[in-house]
Amino acid sequence: MFDPKQLQEVAESSKCYEASVAKVLARNPERKENFTTSGGIPLKRTYTPADLEGLDYSKDLGFPGQYPYTRGVQPTMFRGRFWTMRQYAGFATAEDSNRRYRYLLGQGTTGLSVAFDLPTQIGYDSDDPMAIGECGKVGVAIDSLADAEILFDQIPLDKVSTSMTINAPASVLLAMYIAVAEKQGTPMSALSGTIQNDILKEYIARGTYIFPPKPSMRLITDIFEFCSDNIPKWNTISISGYHIREAGSTAIQEVAFTLADGIAYIDAAIKAGQDPNVFGKRLSFFFNSHNDFLEEVAKFRAARKIWAKIMKERFGVTDKGAQTLRFHTQTAGCTLTAQQAEINIVRVAIQTMAAVCGGTQSLHTNSLDEALALPSDKSVRIALRTQQIVAYESGVTNTVDPLAGSYAVEALTKEIEDGAWDYINKIDDMGGMLVAIEKGYPQKNIQDAAYDYQKSIESGDRIIVSVNKFQVQEDTSDRKLLKVDASVGVNQIKKLRKMKESRDNVKVKDTLEAIRKAAQGEDKLMPLILDSVRHYATEGEICGVLRDVFGEYKENVVL
Amino acid sequence: MDRKIRVIVAKPGLDGHDRGAKVVARAFRDAGMEVIYTGLRQTPEQIVATAIQEDADAIGISILSGAHEYCFKTIIDLLKEKNAEDIIVFGGGVIPESDYPMLLKFGAGAIFGPGTPTTDTIAWLEKTVAEKRLKEN
Repeated sequence: MFDPKQLQEVAESSKCYEASVAKVLARNPERKENFTTSGGIPLKRTYTPADLEGLDYSKDLGFPGQYPYTRGVQPTMFRGRFWTMRQYAGFATAEDSNRRYRYLLGQGTTGLSVAFDLPTQIGYDSDDPMAIGECGKVGVAIDSLADAEILFDQIPLDKVSTSMTINAPASVLLAMYIAVAEKQGTPMSALSGTIQNDILKEYIARGTYIFPPKPSMRLITDIFEFCSDNIPKWNTISISGYHIREAGSTAIQEVAFTLADGIAYIDAAIKAGQDPNVFGKRLSFFFNSHNDFLEEVAKFRAARKIWAKIMKERFGVTDKGAQTLRFHTQTAGCTLTAQQAEINIVRVAIQTMAAVCGGTQSLHTNSLDEALALPSDKSVRIALRTQQIVAYESGVTNTVDPLAGSYAVEALTKEIEDGAWDYINKIDDMGGMLVAIEKGYPQKNIQDAAYDYQKSIESGDRIIVSVNKFQVQEDTSDRKLLKVDASVGVNQIKKLRKMKESRDNVKVKDTLEAIRKAAQGEDKLMPLILDSVRHYATEGEICGVLRDVFGEYKENVVL
Repeated sequence: MDRKIRVIVAKPGLDGHDRGAKVVARAFRDAGMEVIYTGLRQTPEQIVATAIQEDADAIGISILSGAHEYCFKTIIDLLKEKNAEDIIVFGGGVIPESDYPMLLKFGAGAIFGPGTPTTDTIAWLEKTVAEKRLKEN
């Protein structure tokens, strides 16, 4: 980027600067001996053009919307339109969640994001013994199409895009969504949205797996194909670093393990005979936005660049849409404190700035009370307003990739890129992510980082305001937290039993048998699951059949 | 020399958030305790069976899914049923403070919320186990 003469001058003047620093240090030492990013990347006192030696603007950065997309996936970014403000929500019953969605849409969110309760995420109906105590707690309970119809009641699915955090049983919930849309008169070809559908990070970090890797990968690539043919605007997967980071990884590990997961999905789909130029366009990603502002901005930029390179150079993808890493971001839940919870608003605002300066396509901002419980209406509104302030008032949206060219940000982008490639190469050498997971490699790395993080807080090396510094005695008695009552589970079970009495049970049995047969062989499962869902087979029934055939994943406990 | 503290770190229910459980388990281990980490998706029955079989001093329950009422109550009831109520039960996770009194009333020894230093939990556990052993001898 700079000519040799300029660099020579910088080298000369930096000597001068170092001399002046030495004088200052003699009088006033710095706060710490070593400064690093949150993830441990060493930070220099100051960055100069010398740190960008070798950086080639056209090759390494390019323009927004151009390979390698470091500066953004789209030529105009937020000057065209803002990111999708998408608040992850769902609790209790379909009725309760439907009310929350319509409230959020009324407040200016531009897309829905459905949180399912754990039984739904793990393929159990609400009346399953495994579901006791969990019904409606961390999300909405959906047992069958009957619940899905209520969940999306009066929400125009031809206009609203919906993201669903559903992984192991993603086919079933996607099928329900399609069936509801059809009932509203919207053909599946008109639907847009996302299913998370990312089983590898469930094994690594999130825990809502059902089936072993092989059949899980089959279900996933089945969905890729079904959507390529039928729902061209649907994001078939959201390859997620979010939970990897929440589990304690560093920023570099978040990028590396997520993209290594991505490679595994591409390999599997190619093996199933699909064209990465086609299905590659509908892969989406999901990252965390943590506290360290510069590191996070650099992380998003590096991730885009690495992915473009993987797609183009490794998989020979020529389609531009399939080279771009489009991602959703959520602010980091793990940074929220239960102490002085109001100050979480400030953390979320900084994290929002990082996601926006990093060029996110959609964003969920956490609510201030989420270290305590599910968020209340009021705290969700504040979280959404935080996005709106950054969008409309901060000014960072008026020029694309505003931090590009910052010596520090470009140097960090390179550090993260190099660090992530090291991990990706290591995982390749092991034989790919599936083998690495089996060996506990990403799990162990994440746990070590999480433990180091905790130790750094306890030693005081890392300051968390309100936790290990600036504490106050709090009166928490007037806190208004959202509570999901145990009656939710009882009522949901009643509703489920009543539904089972009123449906055509012979038809249900037939469709379930068809799924069993296909699962035992090699037939495509998605059309059969859709048929079964239309006849009000429950999620637990469908997943139960698949459990019978595929077996269940046994966690590889690494400590 | 006293025998080492044996503690089960348990993830009951369907909750997959295991960062806290694993960090605490490692901190216990580094503090010289014998730690058995159950892994995810344990039923209360499985957790109690493990605790009895391992002759544990305590069960630490980590739960962030909101199902704490059911999990604590069932585990403590099962321990009583099996004449194993000497096993200390404690826990942490995302649990509203307003629910602490309920869990303590069930018989939990302590609840440690987000942000608790592992050293606090370790100190409490060491003291509580020592008191329990004193009573037994």
